[in-house]
Amino acid sequence: MTMSQAQRGWLERLGAKVLGGFRYVGGMSLMLGDTLRWTVLGLVSPRVRLGRRAIAEQLVRVGVRSLGIVVLVQLFIGVILALQMTPPLRDPWRQEAMIPNIIGEAGFRMLGPILTAVVITGFAGASIAAEIGTMVVAEEIEAMEAIALNPVRFLVVPRFWATFLAMILLSVVADLCIALGGHITALLVLGPTVYEGYWTRMQRQLDMLDFTTGLIQAGVFGTLISLIACYEGLKVRGGAEGVGRATTMTVVYSIVAIIIAACVFTVVFYVYKL
Amino acid sequence: MPENAANSLRDGQPVIRVVNLVKRFEGRAVLDGINLEVHKGQTLVIMGGSGCGKSTLLRQMIASIWPDEGHVEMFGQNLGELDDGELDKIRKRFGILFQSGALFNSMTVGDNVALPLREHSSLDGNTIEVMVRMKLELVGLRHAVDLMPSEISGGMKKRAGLARAMALDPEILFYDEPSAGLDPVTSAEIDQLMMDLTQKLGVASVVVTHEMDSAFRIADRMVMLDGGKVLKAGARSEFEAIRDASATGETTHDLIRQFLRGDSDGPITRRRLSSNYEEDILNAAAGKYS
Ligand SMILES: Nc1ncnc2c1ncn2[C@@H]1O[C@H](COP(=O)(O)OP(=O)(O)OP(=O)(O)O)[C@@H](O)[C@H]1O
Ligand SMILES: [Mg+2]
Repeated sequence: MTMSQAQRGWLERLGAKVLGGFRYVGGMSLMLGDTLRWTVLGLVSPRVRLGRRAIAEQLVRVGVRSLGIVVLVQLFIGVILALQMTPPLRDPWRQEAMIPNIIGEAGFRMLGPILTAVVITGFAGASIAAEIGTMVVAEEIEAMEAIALNPVRFLVVPRFWATFLAMILLSVVADLCIALGGHITALLVLGPTVYEGYWTRMQRQLDMLDFTTGLIQAGVFGTLISLIACYEGLKVRGGAEGVGRATTMTVVYSIVAIIIAACVFTVVFYVYKL
Repeated sequence: MPENAANSLRDGQPVIRVVNLVKRFEGRAVLDGINLEVHKGQTLVIMGGSGCGKSTLLRQMIASIWPDEGHVEMFGQNLGELDDGELDKIRKRFGILFQSGALFNSMTVGDNVALPLREHSSLDGNTIEVMVRMKLELVGLRHAVDLMPSEISGGMKKRAGLARAMALDPEILFYDEPSAGLDPVTSAEIDQLMMDLTQKLGVASVVVTHEMDSAFRIADRMVMLDGGKVLKAGARSEFEAIRDASATGETTHDLIRQFLRGDSDGPITRRRLSSNYEEDILNAAAGKYS
């Protein structure tokens, strides 16, 4: 069977896309390997300093600056969940007392971490990509290598761990805010059937596993965001325009990666009944 | 560190050797078979038109990018055969001043200079402070130690970049247009500093520059690049002779002469004008719309 010109063009483009995808994932995996290697070296070898201060600085930048937005967004998510679930639960089964159970389950397992990840992507991911990209354009990375400083160790390691930690800490905050948002809604709108015993019911519904699976996901989302942001930043070429593209792609790829990862996790947790 | 150099270098062996180096970008050979050598205590000035590949050549000498063919030797070692650890050892023995200065914008000028010392020496904080101030004094920037790169001028950035390049007392210094953007006095001072480094400390220098006054002041040897090749390499006196001679009608000679004198007429200009630009433009348009 012979292929038409158009078919071949289409196939070639698909092939190139797939190859490009593999190269991207491969490059990121290498960077992850490097990051972990430098971290271990930093922990065991007195000659490699990790720069705890750099990590702390990044943590402030990634975490503290996004804290307000995370709180705000997650409170609203709590409000939305509570309001949206009430009608179908109330009529005709009068099950609206289950609202805290559902909010707890959905919030702690998924919505807390995933929406925090989206906020961090916009806040920290984009700014990390822009910052590192700007450094590439200004020849700073080359200068760094020329004085025998490894850019992965100096730039990626602190941002990686800061994003990782920030994601986990903010997810705890996020979980609580979603729950609180639901509670406030119950108090103001939904009435005593919902708000009386709200916290006890939520606690009874949740076990440690709900909490930890959420945090594991948060850690993975953080890893994805920082790796994509650093990778996009480091591969910037050609001026300010390249930096702009890197920030955009960071946000796009991070969100796609986060949602794919969330889906994979959900399937795995479902299959293994976690 | 000099004993280090002795380990790997025999007497009279060049500290840098560029061998048959070819570098292509998108299939176009920007550098096409470059050979050159730099010896201890010597300053090599690299000249050539804008975009002819001088910075690209420098980047390969510092192992920032890699040649497509040929190789670079530093201290007798082929850079392409070294692993990361060995490369880092070499990197601590040279310094580079980038065309833009390339300061770390998130750190003060002082911290920029201190960084290599903090990372690669066992000196304590106080000694590093003193060293930083000394290096900055050499480039006339001691007052700027606490300023951020965004708060200083382009020329100051370049000087701060030079102070950082000198931080570890390197055996080789690379300069990409050190005096571009400097006023004449500062520029002359930087030239003097570069000469002191080579003459008193035996540093080998590779300097890319467009400033002919400065080039003739500092150079021991000069090379002129054109069309990806070494058009001429030789002692400063040879280039001085060409500059001061009258045009001979021989293209290479006249081309170098025009470049050194900065004349507006000569083989470089004629070459540019001889390509028929009207036809070029029409062809481009035809190609686009056919
Ligand atoms: N990363 C790159 N990708 C593609 N082309 C490049 C790249 N770097 C340099 N070039 C091309 O190589 C050529 C040489 O560039 P280079 O920066 O070395 O010139 P230069 O001699 O230093 O010029 P100038 O005197 O203006 O600084 C230019 O034509 C440039 O377009
Ligand atoms: Mg250049």
